[in-house]
Amino acid sequence: MNKGLKSNRREFLKIAATAGGGLLIGFNWSACDSPKMNVISDQEIYDEAINYNSFLSISPSNHVVIFSPNPELGQNIKTSFPMIVAEELDVDWANVRVQQAFLDTEKYDRQVTGGSGAMPHSWQRLRQAGATARQMLMAAAAKRLNVPISELKTDKGNVIHGSKKLNYGELANEAATLTVPEEVELKNVKDFKIIGTAVKNVDNAAMFTGQPLYGLDVYRDNMLHAMIQRPPFGMKLKSVDADEAKKVNGVKEVVTFKDNVAVVGTGTWPLMKARKLLKIAYEPIDKALESTAFHNNKFDEMLNSGAAEVKRKDGDVNTAFKNAARIIKSEYQCPFLSHSPMEPMNFFANVKEDSVELIGPTQTPDRARSAAAEICGIAPEKVSVELTRLGGGFGRRLRADFVEEAVELSKMLKAPVKLTWSREDDITGGAYRPAVKYRFEAALNSKDELIGYKLTGVGMNSGNSTRENNFPAGAIENLEIKSMAFDSPITTNAWRAPITNFLAFAEQSFLDEVAEAMGKDPVAFRLELLDKAKAKPVGEIHYDIDRMRGVITTAVEKSGWGKKQGVSQGFSVYFSHRSYVAQVAEARIVDGKAILDKIYAITDCGIVINPTGADQQVRGGMLDGMGHAMFANLTFTDGIADQKNFDTYRLIRMKEIPEIETHFIDNGIDPTGLGEPALPPTGGAIANAIYKASGRRLRNQPFSNEEAMKNLNLGNPA
Amino acid sequence: MANYKLKVNNKNFEVDVDSDTPLLWVLRDNLGLIGTKYSCGISQCGACTVHLNDEAVRSCGLPVSSIGDAKITTIEGLSANGDHPVQEAWKEVDVAQCGYCQAGQIMTAAAMLKKNPSPSEEEVIDGMNANLCRCGTYHRIKEAVLLASAKIK
Repeated sequence: MNKGLKSNRREFLKIAATAGGGLLIGFNWSACDSPKMNVISDQEIYDEAINYNSFLSISPSNHVVIFSPNPELGQNIKTSFPMIVAEELDVDWANVRVQQAFLDTEKYDRQVTGGSGAMPHSWQRLRQAGATARQMLMAAAAKRLNVPISELKTDKGNVIHGSKKLNYGELANEAATLTVPEEVELKNVKDFKIIGTAVKNVDNAAMFTGQPLYGLDVYRDNMLHAMIQRPPFGMKLKSVDADEAKKVNGVKEVVTFKDNVAVVGTGTWPLMKARKLLKIAYEPIDKALESTAFHNNKFDEMLNSGAAEVKRKDGDVNTAFKNAARIIKSEYQCPFLSHSPMEPMNFFANVKEDSVELIGPTQTPDRARSAAAEICGIAPEKVSVELTRLGGGFGRRLRADFVEEAVELSKMLKAPVKLTWSREDDITGGAYRPAVKYRFEAALNSKDELIGYKLTGVGMNSGNSTRENNFPAGAIENLEIKSMAFDSPITTNAWRAPITNFLAFAEQSFLDEVAEAMGKDPVAFRLELLDKAKAKPVGEIHYDIDRMRGVITTAVEKSGWGKKQGVSQGFSVYFSHRSYVAQVAEARIVDGKAILDKIYAITDCGIVINPTGADQQVRGGMLDGMGHAMFANLTFTDGIADQKNFDTYRLIRMKEIPEIETHFIDNGIDPTGLGEPALPPTGGAIANAIYKASGRRLRNQPFSNEEAMKNLNLGNPA
Repeated sequence: MANYKLKVNNKNFEVDVDSDTPLLWVLRDNLGLIGTKYSCGISQCGACTVHLNDEAVRSCGLPVSSIGDAKITTIEGLSANGDHPVQEAWKEVDVAQCGYCQAGQIMTAAAMLKKNPSPSEEEVIDGMNANLCRCGTYHRIKEAVLLASAKIK
């Protein structure tokens, strides 16, 4: 048995009040697959449940209420987190009810969805929460049965002594009065009963019957609707004529704040109509307005300037490149991308005399709270944040800009306000994946050995566009990684698998280009590099060589790498967000068209909590990587995005998806997150397969714009 | 503004809205039927799909004045207990990630299966292709439609 960590007092503080039943209006939270009849309503369970710690309450009716603190945006955390608590508590999943916790910085650390970081952060905490309560229930049972605790065991929500059985519900009141143990024993991985089983999404029934779950579903008495016309990038508001807009039925007011023009009214449609009637004049802030051609020139200017900052330097690249027999050089470029979650940005704010009520979809509820507190000049404790389910996020909802807007409006109008962004607002509104360009150079000696490697990344508001410690760093004697960013008025933000969402494609494509120049098999080349890193590491190594090797060799085995006839395989392997993923894509050219048949994905994220969730995280990440690599493009003319909705900003559709086969490495290592790691390798695997099939190398995204893709029609577009 | 009588999920409603108001916003803002989702507003994504009589339609592009006495069904009215074969299949296959597009996917699938209870895989793909899922649950959507088809048979 593992010895648990010491309890975090904050998280294990007993809270006198019962679980906040009053906050759960209108939701049916019952686990949809529960085969049992609900003789007791969920609301009754919530009302009578006795709180044990920040993560769970137990009701005398023998139901367990588990609180999931992190925002749910499709990463399935609202199911997987409670599974971990339930595992250590040792209960029957059918008796578990899950509630989304609201922001509570006293009870929870890191109530954030981002960076695939929730699972590694909370794994031990969640286990501890379940195990602590289990220990208390056992202590209560020992007392009642008058036997030593060491003679007791638990199973499916019962404490068992010989033929005697007490269910947790019977012990709930008594156990809750006992001292919270400082140290508890955690289960052995091999004894897991819930973790590793395919538990279905706890919100399935609510989602599939149209229950109010999302931010846009929030409607409150006397609530005003609001939409905002924002200025183009690099411009500010000069004047607005709202006379015609105000005449639209249902429009109440038109107000301005911070270069924004907000239309306010009693419904959404009147606002959509009224916005079109606004006559707004903008003027440039200071410098020239940016267009895509300007960005393209800037990239080359930066790459050629030599001014990029060195992020990592091993050995002596100058000598290596001076002595090189051959130099292979390639450049890769990607456009800005919108996050475009299916649910556009929105938030509900009710600014009152000395408090603020916030409800909505955010990946960072604490940031929403501090933003509101600052705008209203009140203490953060006076701001409540209710978390709805998020209709996707992809990093866009890490920001609080839309929360700030809702708060500003509610404060100004002295009324509860729901702010809604249109799809056009979402796609043209910034906070994009930065446009980036990479230049790679590899030096080979006369024996075709790789003796030097250089990478320079330049980007628009990209921060560091490299990940300087990524593979193959550590395996190459002379290596230099540099980065430089241009300060553009077009705003950027983390976008699912920040930086690596394109860097991985570029790195994995370039490794294939080098392998080909050296006359090596792409997989053999990568394994050789790993051997070198293992035998004679150069500088620091920030990846686990054996785990990376593990996914590579499993991918070779599962995909029949190099052994298949009639299909061209492309390889890619990537370590990001603490997980390892290798992918093999299979392409064919049929009647002059590139057909992508299948992609294999082998993932090492440690223990797989929920196989059904994990499988879909990998598939979804891959289709995200694939769709954006192939189709999505955001270009600019004078500070305004040319693509404004899904008719021109193209996302992947069902006709374009290949078959996907997922595998996971079962190694018992503590779990890491899966929201991001499967995305980065996909573009590279596809491009490498297309190259093998057609001899055409894709270096820029979207692929559909590439000269090399002309007449290839990848993805069988509709 | 004008008065419109609508039959939604077998209930009668009256709303007083501008004639160009899309059905989507009448459902959401006036009738409180929020299961039908807004996502693109230009009939490109299918999140707002409802049934008009038995046809799957994009409610974001359908002016309330054009509905007449057609019968409207939303996700809330697809089945009394959330147990339409398509809903059951969606649960069994555990289709959703964020879930936001799924009501529209389910409504599209249900209308398709009503016309063609035994679609081939190709027909499923054709029938579902116009519905976007940003999370990429397409494999599971396809599997769930085929499973629902098997349930109906």
